[in-house]
Amino acid sequence: MNTTSAPATPKHAAYICSGCGIGDTLDVAGLEKVAKTEGKMAVIKTHPFLCNAEGVQMIRDDIANDGVTHVCIAACSRRAKAEAFQFDGIALSRANLREGVIWVVAEGSDHDEVRQEMAEDYVRMGCAEVKKMTAPAGNVKETSSKKILVVGGGMSGMTAALAAADAGYEVVLVEKTGALGGFASNLYKRVPFNGPYAEPQPTGVEEMAAKVSGNGKIKVYLNSTVAETAGAPGRFAVKIAAESGSVTEELCGAVVQATGFTTYPLDKLPELGGGQANVVDQAGLEALAKAANGGAIKRADGKEVKSVVFVQCAGQRGTGGNGSGSHLEYCSGHCCATSIKQAMYFKGQNPDIDTVVMYSDLRVPGMGEDFYRSAQQKGVIFTKAKVTGVKGGDSCQVEFKDLILDEEVSTDADLVVLATGQVPNAGVNLDEWTATVTAAESGDEAAKGKKTELQKISVLNLNYRQGPDMPQFKYGFADSHFICFPYETRRTGIYAAGPTRRPMDMFQATEDAIGAAMKAIQAVENVEKGRAAHPRAWDLSFPKARLEGCTQCKRCTVECPFGAIDEDEKRFPLFNEERCRRCGTCMGACPVRVISFENYSCDTVGMQIKAVNVPDEFEEKPRILILACENDAYPALDMAGVQRMTYSAFVRAIPVRCLGSVNTIWITDALNSGYDGVMMMGCKKGDDYQCHFVKGSEMAYYRMSKIDDTLKQLGLEPERVQTHEIAITDNARVVKLINEYVEQLNEIGPSPMKGFG
Amino acid sequence: MTTANQSAGAKYKNSFLKEVEANVEDGQWVKMCMQCGVCAGSCPLGPAWEHSPQKIFMMIRAGKREEVLKSDSMWMCTSCYNCIVRCPRKLPITHIMHGLANYAHRLGLAPQGQPTREIAKLFWDNLVKTGRVNELKFSLAMYFKDGFGQGVKNAMAMQSVGLGLVKAKRLNPMEILGGHSCKDKSGIQKMIAKAREIEDRRKGLA
Amino acid sequence: MSKKQYAFYPGCSSQAKASADNFLRSIDVVCQKLDVQLNEIPDWNCCGASIGYGEGGELPRLALSARNLALAETNFAGQDMVSVCPACWLASRETAERLHENNSLLAECNEALKEAGLTFKGEAKARHFVEVLIEDIGWDQMKSQVVKPLDGLKFAGYVGCQTNRPFGIAGESFENPLYLDKMVETVGAEAVKYDQKVTCCGGALAFSEPDKAQKQIRDIVESAYDHGADMIVTPCQLCQANVEIYQSEINKKQGTKFNMPVVYYSQLMTIAYGGTAQQAGLDGQLIKAEKLEKIAGK
Repeated sequence: MNTTSAPATPKHAAYICSGCGIGDTLDVAGLEKVAKTEGKMAVIKTHPFLCNAEGVQMIRDDIANDGVTHVCIAACSRRAKAEAFQFDGIALSRANLREGVIWVVAEGSDHDEVRQEMAEDYVRMGCAEVKKMTAPAGNVKETSSKKILVVGGGMSGMTAALAAADAGYEVVLVEKTGALGGFASNLYKRVPFNGPYAEPQPTGVEEMAAKVSGNGKIKVYLNSTVAETAGAPGRFAVKIAAESGSVTEELCGAVVQATGFTTYPLDKLPELGGGQANVVDQAGLEALAKAANGGAIKRADGKEVKSVVFVQCAGQRGTGGNGSGSHLEYCSGHCCATSIKQAMYFKGQNPDIDTVVMYSDLRVPGMGEDFYRSAQQKGVIFTKAKVTGVKGGDSCQVEFKDLILDEEVSTDADLVVLATGQVPNAGVNLDEWTATVTAAESGDEAAKGKKTELQKISVLNLNYRQGPDMPQFKYGFADSHFICFPYETRRTGIYAAGPTRRPMDMFQATEDAIGAAMKAIQAVENVEKGRAAHPRAWDLSFPKARLEGCTQCKRCTVECPFGAIDEDEKRFPLFNEERCRRCGTCMGACPVRVISFENYSCDTVGMQIKAVNVPDEFEEKPRILILACENDAYPALDMAGVQRMTYSAFVRAIPVRCLGSVNTIWITDALNSGYDGVMMMGCKKGDDYQCHFVKGSEMAYYRMSKIDDTLKQLGLEPERVQTHEIAITDNARVVKLINEYVEQLNEIGPSPMKGFG
Repeated sequence: MTTANQSAGAKYKNSFLKEVEANVEDGQWVKMCMQCGVCAGSCPLGPAWEHSPQKIFMMIRAGKREEVLKSDSMWMCTSCYNCIVRCPRKLPITHIMHGLANYAHRLGLAPQGQPTREIAKLFWDNLVKTGRVNELKFSLAMYFKDGFGQGVKNAMAMQSVGLGLVKAKRLNPMEILGGHSCKDKSGIQKMIAKAREIEDRRKGLA
Repeated sequence: MSKKQYAFYPGCSSQAKASADNFLRSIDVVCQKLDVQLNEIPDWNCCGASIGYGEGGELPRLALSARNLALAETNFAGQDMVSVCPACWLASRETAERLHENNSLLAECNEALKEAGLTFKGEAKARHFVEVLIEDIGWDQMKSQVVKPLDGLKFAGYVGCQTNRPFGIAGESFENPLYLDKMVETVGAEAVKYDQKVTCCGGALAFSEPDKAQKQIRDIVESAYDHGADMIVTPCQLCQANVEIYQSEINKKQGTKFNMPVVYYSQLMTIAYGGTAQQAGLDGQLIKAEKLEKIAGK
């Protein structure tokens, strides 16, 4: 770890901007006075246009000539003019007088007093915050590897390897089987990727495999698996085990996991004829088509197929698909286009072959619609139907409900093709892993055996404390922040690509692979610069722990959404900065508050809370603390200001990196100081979360669910602490929530804690 | 007839679809329907159709030959062309409905006494006689299509309208004596006969 | 300015003393005022209309229209063939386009046409008179002839089906075509907004399925009343006939008191251009367009 290079004697300066109407609306002299007498700033200057070249130069001059080390800018929101107010090596805080005060407090002299009080509080808070900050020095690693490890040699893996190699990076590609190509090499032809989207195309897998093998930047390990992955981005130590037993070690900077999928087992679909003669899945049909190689497609018994029925959504989409509904809950996305392609195999060979596709909704997004039309032109019949049963045999019977004609009917066919789903090859389910390990550690012998079994199916064999693979998302797919950043995962520097991440077709898999390769490159480059990864990619700070105060409670190691914290030999937390995303969830988790960042800590926020001037109960001016996630809620508050919506001047908003970083000490401090209420605003949690750090807001909810006891001890109503899910577009809603809360608190009455703080 | 009398036993096979493609005006479009139902929702007489165009297309694919051709659904078409302009697959639905109605009529499968079928025939017979439509004769023919007694009733019911049109000089009672006509009546009749002969030959309806 | 010349296909309903006799009289006035010459195609025949399909089938129907197009080509070479009737226009244009796209169909059609001593070369273009007004004459010219603006009159512009679908007037939407409203405004009247502008009047099914068609007609007339229209104006003979003629039937059956005049756009133009009620064919209205007659009499 680097130590900070801040000078021994800090010098604090406050710069107040009177532009954008701040000077017209507020008493700037009053603000200066607050910065001086209460903020104890050594330098205080006001400028009519602080963000212009002259204003910025004034600050730069003070830094260069006057030894200023800590700067508080009292102007617009920290989200505005971030580039102008960027001073290397300087600790910087922002007091939001524009979006946070003059744009949101109602106009008119009636509000002059509360508006000024609000502005003065923000100046107090900015001064208090900056005094507790240190300029982050970064964590530059001189000797990091930029090699990309690609696990899986199918279409996605090969594409990722070629993309990274083309961009100039060394690649190590590990493939479990003896040949490159993966699932795609079993296909007769593929769905077209380009116009006119009318005919099945050669897969191109062999050409791609040859390109990979012949690429000097790509080192291919066939018949090999990843036996262990240790370390962190920039320094992954990867043990590659060959079938023969030999182990090679490679140092890699980032990982692309492209381990694909397995087809849903046919024998689990007896109700659709799975396991019976002449009932195949799509993979089975590819094998028949490959054997026919353009000639008449024959069944296993050698009979030429004259009629074929495709059953879409077989064992997919829960009760919406075909089958009993107790199979896969999701849609695999590719199967409609795949059946269309396979129907064309028949029509291309002999247009008189009856080909019927039974679907409930034909899902062929994008240009797939043209492909669908092309099949219709060729005479493939599409029947909107729910298949209720299939019997295999010499003449297969398909029983179905025609959903347009609303009748139960059946038809016969020489061959039935079931469009079954993709099951991801995503390794070990970490919830199962954690439960097994916990049981094994308490001596459960069965659990010990199960742990060994789980290790066998692991893809990456990470030696992380939180388990050997990526956390899984819904339905066992490898992790992804599917709404905001599809390639991001909860294992920094490790990116899932292709059907292991979500169900997809071959074209999507190749695009996905390129995206994942680019993320991997970004990761190794960030590591070299000592910076965080998305979404705080500019951030040079990283968590530090005062281990002498640590009680080894393990909350930080368990709750870190990114598995960045392992344990050292003495069972103290061991921070892997390169895995850290700087969300601060560890800081929020720590009951003894020993974890902090140079520019964000229990103190930087705690001192802001304490800096606010809380009027006594007789003044009838409640104070409400808002802890707002900087990703969505704080921008929503800013946007309310931009749109000149007005909300109560009794609130004081503090941006936090993530609601997960909120330490309960801030809440108790605020309530003890006489605040009447606390609003926490974070991102949506749950399965369709929008939390930028995936689990942060969920952790905050969990922690706050336990705060009622604390409130009771203080003799306070539970309504005094509220948690809200706020989306970035919720500007109107935050205003409404604030104003309603102020009314609610008026009814409850002032906090009984006032005057004791 | 090549395929017209084939049994419809092979359900969800393509036999009836192929027959429609060969013998029905614009029938080659039937396979392109994607079953969205916009046609059904766009038809001004939608509720009067036993089977919407969407269903008829599905029935054709399902091999329901008799049910389709014996249906009076297609005869509900007012030729408003709303379905055509709204169909996302650009199927010429109006033409297909006309084509199916005509095909069913020619095969003798269309419902007997279906009023639109009746007036369509009267209209055509009227125009073939002189090359132009004689509105009075056409109207009278329509009123008397169900026999003399009903015809008198029908005509009486519409008498005020008829007299109004006569007064407004928009219906000429003298038309009953001949009225408008093309000079080359026989050429037109021969032309129509020839066209029908060619079409019947092409469709195997000879 | 020299007269614009067109081969003219009047169609059955526009013949003397036929159901749209009065329409053609007003078209004549409009043509005189706007320097348009319509040259009637000798010995034209019926287009088969929208009901011809039942007995006629495809090729006989195409042959009927091909004969008209061939006559236009032969007698008025180089001139577009213009119809005032939407059904005539639709059948002719569809025939011209289909035969243009399909050579074997053209050959079959010409085999039949030979029986009538004709050949269709596929040159004549089938157009609607409204297209001539908008595309060849232009809005400014149409407006310049107005001497008696129809101030204070409110019209429900009823476009109906076949002038609008499947071809329609270039640049117009199928769901809300605006040209008819613009024509109303061009002659100084007000076009009301109402929701039945492109509703089907029932077409030929007014004869065979009277109850179903009359429901359509009722919706149209009712909406025109609800939105404050004095009259309905339309470009279509069948729309005009159905919507005007059956109001008394609907009144009788359903106790309504409909008495809404239904006129043609060309009648509006004739009056606005200073023509008499007689010239505009207003004597042909079953429901008298008194407000228009009043302006004509001024």
